[in-house]
Order: sequence, then C-alpha cells, then structure tokens
Amino acid sequence: MLLLTCPYCGVEADETELTPGGEAHITRFGADSSDNDFETYLFMRKNPKGVHFERWRHAYGCGKWFHAARCTMTLEVFGTYKAQTFEPPKALINKIKKKRPNWEGFVK
Amino acid sequence: MSKAVSALQGAVFKGSVTIKDTGLQGMITLRGDLSSDILAKAVKAATGVAMPKVGGINSGAKGAAAWMSPDELLLLVDHAKADATVAKLDKALAGSHILAVNVSDARAMFSLEGAGIRDVLAKGSPANLSSDAFKIGEMRRTRLGQLPVAFWLSSEKDASVVCFRSVGEHVFNGLKNAAQKGTSPKYYS
Repeated sequence: MLLLTCPYCGVEADETELTPGGEAHITRFGADSSDNDFETYLFMRKNPKGVHFERWRHAYGCGKWFHAARCTMTLEVFGTYKAQTFEPPKALINKIKKKRPNWEGFVK
Repeated sequence: MSKAVSALQGAVFKGSVTIKDTGLQGMITLRGDLSSDILAKAVKAATGVAMPKVGGINSGAKGAAAWMSPDELLLLVDHAKADATVAKLDKALAGSHILAVNVSDARAMFSLEGAGIRDVLAKGSPANLSSDAFKIGEMRRTRLGQLPVAFWLSSEKDASVVCFRSVGEHVFNGLKNAAQKGTSPKYYS
C-alpha cells in the first residue's frame, strides 16, 4: 500500500484516497507548437526503473494536486511537495541523491 | 416555502454505538484567502470561534469552523440563520475574492455516540484513527466505503460525520452495518 503525505493538509493519505496524475513536470506544448513537441508532450513518458516524480490529487481530502517522488522499483517514497513549482525542491533532490548515489539527477 | 427536513429525518440506530441523524444543520462553504485578517474576523463573527488551524475544527456554543482545504472552510451554524449568516459574510468581506454559499440542504450529518466510535469509523475509512494520529479537534476528510465524508471527534465517545445528502441514506446504512452489536474489533477502544 502506498501512503503519501499531502503537503497541503499534512494528512498521511492512503493510495485509495488519492487520484494518480501520471508523470510530473511535463512541459506543455500547445496548438501552435511543432508536431514533434506536441507528440512528446502528449505521449512520451520516462517510465524509469527507479526514481520517479509523479502528480497526485488528494481527491477524498482537500482536493489539491501535489507532487511525489518515489522509487518505482521499491515503492519507497522520498517525499511529497506542493505543485506550485517547475522542479523538485533542492532539499528533496539532495535527499534522493544520498539514498541513490547512482541516480542521474532530475532531468526535465 | 416547503418545510425543510434533514436527510433521514432524525433516524436513530442503536448498536455497538448509537447513530443519529442530527436533524437540520446549517452549513456554509466559505472559500477565500484563509490567512486574511478580515476573513478571520468574519468567521469569528459568524461562528463565534477562531480560524481553525490546518486540518482542525473549532467548535463553540454558537457554531463551528472547520478547515476543508488551503482555501476553504466549512462553517456550522444554526440552520435557520444560515442564509442570514451568508449575507453577513458577503457584506463583511465585500471587495475580497471570496465565495460564501449556504450548503445546508446539500449535506447530511450524523452523530456517533459510544465507546467504539473509532472502530466503527475505521471499518469504512482508510484513515489512521488511532488516538495518536487522529485527535479531538481535528477534522479528517476521507472516504467511508466509496463515499466522500468528513468526520471529527468532540470527545472519545462522540463523533460527527458529514456527507452529501444524496448519499446520506447509504452512509447511514453503512454506519449501521459497521455498528452491529457484537461486531466491534475493539482495536481502538
């Protein structure tokens, strides 16, 4: 079972109280972009084995979207943070680097 | 105007805990900037209690204020005074970016009384209901079965549950089922 702490209300929410929103920090390309950019935005996902940044919505709680960093292999949760950002907080990245020395770092 | 009635019109069930439809309850949804002093003052004037902290609920004789989300409060007031309170909020907060709506008749509210209330709620909700994690004065928005609810404890033997009125009967039946005599796991009590 996945337990994520909502950064807005501080509640440790169970997976069933949340709605998954897929990969986080995706750059949005609109209608005036090139076909390649638009295709990347719509369909291309990292799907890594290891550290992954995701979007989740606290659907049965405060209703807010937030971000979570976790390991897709071990399901270890590194941390959650608010969605009003373009990249993960430095402190969280450092924490993950300590735990996963071979991780290549956050790539947008 | 037609006579207002609550979702289950005062239904009572006595099992391992006593479940009651609490009758007409005024509820107001207030959205806005919760860090604003004007809003805190208006909340105090409407309910008689201070602005709740994150995840908290403050109750008093006149009413209660509960934290719903970073920009939303639930105000509990007298059913008959709900419309007047909304008008007062609108007046007090004129010019600020807020929304106050009387949602009294869109909701149902139940009370649970008895020693095993934590166990009854835990049967339907994934929330951690141990006394370390869920304390008196906190309101937890979660699900009961598959339905969104919010509940809080006024004491170790007194809980309140709020849900949408359209699913009020379903929630009541679910709670009834969870509170059948002799079925409490007595994990928390």
